[in-house]
Amino acid sequence: MSEVLDKPALKVVGTRPIRPDGADKVTGRAAFAADFTMPGQLVGKILRSPHAHARIVSIDTRKARALPGVKAVVVGKDFPDIASAFHEGGEAASNMRDLAMNVIARDKVLYEGHAVAAVAAISSARADEALALIEVTYEVLPHVIDVEAAMRPDAPVLHDHMFTEGLEAKPTKASNIVKRNRIARGDLAEGFAAADVIVERRYTTKAVHQGYIEPHACVAAWGADGQCQIWCSSQGAFMVQAYTAQVLAMENSNIRVTPAEIGGGFGGKTTIYIEPVALALSRQSGSPVKIVMTRDEVFRATGPTSGAVVEVKLGAKKDGTITAAEVEMKFQAGAFPGSPVGAASMTALACYDIPNLQITGWDVVSNMPKVAAYRAPGAPIAAFGVESAVDELARQLDIDPIDLRLKNGVRNGVKAAYGPTFANIGYLDTLAAVKDSAHYKTSLGPNQGRGVAAGFWFNIGGLSTAAVHVQEDGSVVVATGNPDIGGSRASMAMMAAETLGLPVEKVRPIVADTASIGFSMLTGGSRVTFATGMAVVTAAQTVVDNLKARAAKLWDVPVDQVAWRDGQAICLDAAKDVKPMTLATLAAQAGRTGGPISAESAINAQGAGPGFGVHVCDVEVDPETGHVTVLRYTAAQDVGKAIHPSYVEGQVQGGVAQGVGWALNEEYVFGPDGKMENSGFLDYRVPVASDLPMIDAILVETAPNPRHPYGAKGVGEVPIVPPLAAVANAVSQAIGVRMTHLPLSPPAIVAAIEKGQG
Amino acid sequence: MAHVVVNSECAAFTGGVTEFDIAADTVRRLVAELDARFPGLGEFVDRRMAVAIDGEIHQDAWLSPIGPDSEVYLIPKIGGG
Amino acid sequence: MSKRHVTTVVNGDQTEFLADPGMTLLDALRDELNLTGTKEGCGSGDCGACTVILDGRIVCSCLVLAPEAEGKRVETIEGLAHDGRLHALQQKFLEHAALQCGFCTPGFLMASKALLDANPDPTETEARYWLAGNLCRCTGYDKIIRAVLDAAAELRQARVA
Repeated sequence: MSEVLDKPALKVVGTRPIRPDGADKVTGRAAFAADFTMPGQLVGKILRSPHAHARIVSIDTRKARALPGVKAVVVGKDFPDIASAFHEGGEAASNMRDLAMNVIARDKVLYEGHAVAAVAAISSARADEALALIEVTYEVLPHVIDVEAAMRPDAPVLHDHMFTEGLEAKPTKASNIVKRNRIARGDLAEGFAAADVIVERRYTTKAVHQGYIEPHACVAAWGADGQCQIWCSSQGAFMVQAYTAQVLAMENSNIRVTPAEIGGGFGGKTTIYIEPVALALSRQSGSPVKIVMTRDEVFRATGPTSGAVVEVKLGAKKDGTITAAEVEMKFQAGAFPGSPVGAASMTALACYDIPNLQITGWDVVSNMPKVAAYRAPGAPIAAFGVESAVDELARQLDIDPIDLRLKNGVRNGVKAAYGPTFANIGYLDTLAAVKDSAHYKTSLGPNQGRGVAAGFWFNIGGLSTAAVHVQEDGSVVVATGNPDIGGSRASMAMMAAETLGLPVEKVRPIVADTASIGFSMLTGGSRVTFATGMAVVTAAQTVVDNLKARAAKLWDVPVDQVAWRDGQAICLDAAKDVKPMTLATLAAQAGRTGGPISAESAINAQGAGPGFGVHVCDVEVDPETGHVTVLRYTAAQDVGKAIHPSYVEGQVQGGVAQGVGWALNEEYVFGPDGKMENSGFLDYRVPVASDLPMIDAILVETAPNPRHPYGAKGVGEVPIVPPLAAVANAVSQAIGVRMTHLPLSPPAIVAAIEKGQG
Repeated sequence: MAHVVVNSECAAFTGGVTEFDIAADTVRRLVAELDARFPGLGEFVDRRMAVAIDGEIHQDAWLSPIGPDSEVYLIPKIGGG
Repeated sequence: MSKRHVTTVVNGDQTEFLADPGMTLLDALRDELNLTGTKEGCGSGDCGACTVILDGRIVCSCLVLAPEAEGKRVETIEGLAHDGRLHALQQKFLEHAALQCGFCTPGFLMASKALLDANPDPTETEARYWLAGNLCRCTGYDKIIRAVLDAAAELRQARVA
């Protein structure tokens, strides 16, 4: 148990102050990337492939260059040829060559929307005219999008040098299958032989987009001395710096990246698309260049997450003990390798203590945009299959779905399906919280159904730097390098305030640029409150130690005779008749007692605690139209300690909403020509306010993470993992037909009712 | 001796063996030992794998200590969204 | 084609600007008048991030041509607070944590203001359907609706007092 957890009652952590950046956000003053303007700025626009798969035969930009008002034109050849190498700039290693070729195509275009050329001009209209004057000759190739179609031996091959990894024998023929992974333990055959009941199903999901309301945007300025500035919408300024530098073969320190306020990311902004293009245009033109994606571009050319096929086979005894589980998953990676099938494989059975299991995952490329991370990448898809199968098992065994999960649920000391032994987890408490909820005790009416599902996500720690500076008047600035996507600035201020013993209003948190704060990994992986929070607390504690040392010198006592309480230094030596000294007093004397009071903490936080979620969803289905109404939704989650409960609830509610959309309506619709047919919010249908009820978030705090000074675990990603199955299980119960293909749109439900199968 | 379990991707370097005992007191020494036994595995692990030491996941952390009886799992690096 | 001179009243102030005939009111507000509080999320009237009030009626400013603002009254997020005091809606959004990334917030606030101007005592369902034209991807709408209903209650009380 950490020291801090044993200390007296918390004064700031756990309360709900107004967020420090709130006033700017509700008055329209907060500056997002598209709100920036630099003097002399040009408008940058990108020409994109109209074909899903084609060779670029030639590009003629002469007419575009000759158009008055056009100041720069770039094509793939203007970018360096990057060697295939991995870089740690994001969260997991990314192949820089793939990234560079995704930013702008070289010899081939691999999806409709793939960037081919770009222009910078004096106005938006002129830039559009210039794009229309660029002549590209394509040799159109056959394309393939569906994951199983892409795996067939006769499928069109995207990359000539792709030979499947992870097979017993290395193949001699190139294919679209990047690799196969496998997790196994125990004896599968024996496990199934011991089962009284077996459930075996095939599930499918479609590609869905993160759907952030703010399109990608950046302003890039190439300095006359080669020193550059970028303002951008991103989950990580250091990632933008590193990736842009790699793509353009530059040094990181020549690019200063300032993260603007970000209008949603959810993982989709943990990579780059437009920054190197804007910078290259700026270099050629000598002026700053702003690129703002249209919504159409966001859908066609930025990573959705994978569509997938998930096959699940579960075996259980009559008493509900699950004896064996087999899962096979095929994930779309998009145009370049790297679907989240690996993480999906590790999380698929993470909630269950099953002795015999085998999980196989296939990563497959196809002619759609390269997939990008989407909130707990891979896990929701795997959970859709597994949690639906567990639901079916519960019904066949006539066991309550929560009781079935309690019986087989992981607890401290159990070996996770992906290997290591669990400690400090609260999964069973989370199940119990749902079982005891008012929601779970209500009964249902006609055409209504209830679905339960569980979910897991690892959460990560990682590299974070935080600086705490005491101002002359005793107020405090906390600087970190993590863009605020969920209210993290509030949590940073609160944790610093708690450590310093100050009211939270006296602590000003800021998000600094790459030149003003030490390195920080991007915001994602549910890591900021955990890892950056740890750095903030460590730096704040160092400031406290510094303040105590100064007080000790002023009072002429040894430092162990000074305590720090409620923002004041207190002398423990009764003989000295001195009053406590406030932080403000010590700050005012800082110069004379040694200099400015400041501390920085740069850490690689380890020991991030995984999180579990358990959701219950009630729906009503209109049998004539197939329309699904979500009547009630309760989501419990093992959060460790909620630093700011309102924002933790917000993460739960937001993840639930995205999951509901994924289950009911969202999907990429591709035409026979390989083009996306629904690249706008009208036909790519995300949940609106009238689609959802209030969402009850239950925060379970019985298992704090001892690694974090206040016990916090990451919370942002777990909430999107259970909803797909929770909704599907509810619909399946409501209509009496097992639904196995997402999305459960009205026509699909009507068809399922008619055919008696989903 | 720490008990080390590797996954299927690593098994490609070890000829299929997935469990062994290794004397190493830090992640860095573990990686060096693995590379000595199975050439190429060290670099692969460094680049692509995270290390779970007695249930706690460590990523990019050469200096993380490994106890004499630790349970060590090598799992793919975890990202997020 | 030459630009058109547009005279309009924005947040109570007489304002003028030059607009290409095809320019949207959204682009005019952001690029000509530097009022960047109103956001573009989709450009096709599907997300509501660009919501402003035009002659008392909410519109998607991305679907209004800039010259259409001639002689009309435009209200944007920049005009919601008065004399340095936040509107009840703005205050309640903050208290209820009804925003996370904040990108959709200006649109929601303008749409909510129009709701409460038209219907000072909406039910939860009425509020949800009125605001169905504003997309939020972060919050799941729960805290937004709570904030709107709480602001409505406060404004009703203030009227009585």
